Amino acid sequence: MKAFVEWISQPWPWYVAGPMIGLMVPLLLILLNKSFGVSSSLRHFCAMCIPNRMEYFKYNWRAEGWNLLFVAAIAGGAWLATTFIPNANPVEISAQTTAQLQSMGIHDFTGLAPQDIFGWEQLGTPVSLIVLLIGGFLVGFGTRYANGCTSGHAIMGLSQLSPGSLVATVGFFIGGLIVSWWILPFILQLL
Amino acid sequence: MKLVVAILLGGIFGIVLVKSEVISWFRIQEMFWFQGFHMYGVIGSAVVTGALSLFIIRKMQLKSLTGEEIRPRPKPFNKVGNLVGGIFFGLGWALTGACPGPLYALVGSGYATLLMAIGAALLGVLTYGALKRYLPH
Repeated sequence: MKAFVEWISQPWPWYVAGPMIGLMVPLLLILLNKSFGVSSSLRHFCAMCIPNRMEYFKYNWRAEGWNLLFVAAIAGGAWLATTFIPNANPVEISAQTTAQLQSMGIHDFTGLAPQDIFGWEQLGTPVSLIVLLIGGFLVGFGTRYANGCTSGHAIMGLSQLSPGSLVATVGFFIGGLIVSWWILPFILQLL
Repeated sequence: MKLVVAILLGGIFGIVLVKSEVISWFRIQEMFWFQGFHMYGVIGSAVVTGALSLFIIRKMQLKSLTGEEIRPRPKPFNKVGNLVGGIFFGLGWALTGACPGPLYALVGSGYATLLMAIGAALLGVLTYGALKRYLPH
């Protein structure tokens, strides 16, 4: 048992994780007849909380209850993995990436995300506000404008060979490249 | 029963997101800087698995346990919406290092400050809801 826990606690390689994520597509279809997607949950939460004032939120969100449970369980599963089968070592990113981030002022490489930006003590600093508030806003606004995120478009949509999802995925990368190459270096100067 | 299935699948997805470290801000920067294969391997093999599964489901005309035919509706093709919305999301993805699934997973992993990002994301969705009819799609 101990050996098994040790084995499963190591980071999972891409050829294990990728197919497992891909299997969400047929499992959701066969078991629930639902399409894989996460960002619509944000819309359901909004529909749940605000009265029927806006057209976009006038629909029966209760019918999408499975999706809300699904995303709550994502957090639960993440808690289980972090608590019981944690990886004791830093994320094995390439030495090049580490060096580049260090030169930009990132010091903490111990967890999944740097405490320099995401730590409690950093809450309220310019960098944390830009990343959390502007970044979060763009994730919400963008995924709904594009009608899907990495799961709904890049995985479910591309699996269906849907042209709109290909366009959206190209968009995701254009946006990501702009930030990582040209905007992030400036933001991190504020650290 | 359906709700139990949703919880089980979400739980497995959450575990995989953590153990494969695709929810790591470091991995996202590595991906956009083209310095590692991990993220491309995960997303690529997920798409291949998904596409093969859909092919088999269609070939064998499998029915879902709910008894209905499985015909996932493709999302509508909105040239401008898909591209421009996609770019907006990409900007946020590289900043937070997280798409929506990973946002939930990171909070579950103890990165509580990302609750602010989820709050901001909800505000973004509300803003989209308010502006939808004025935006080109």
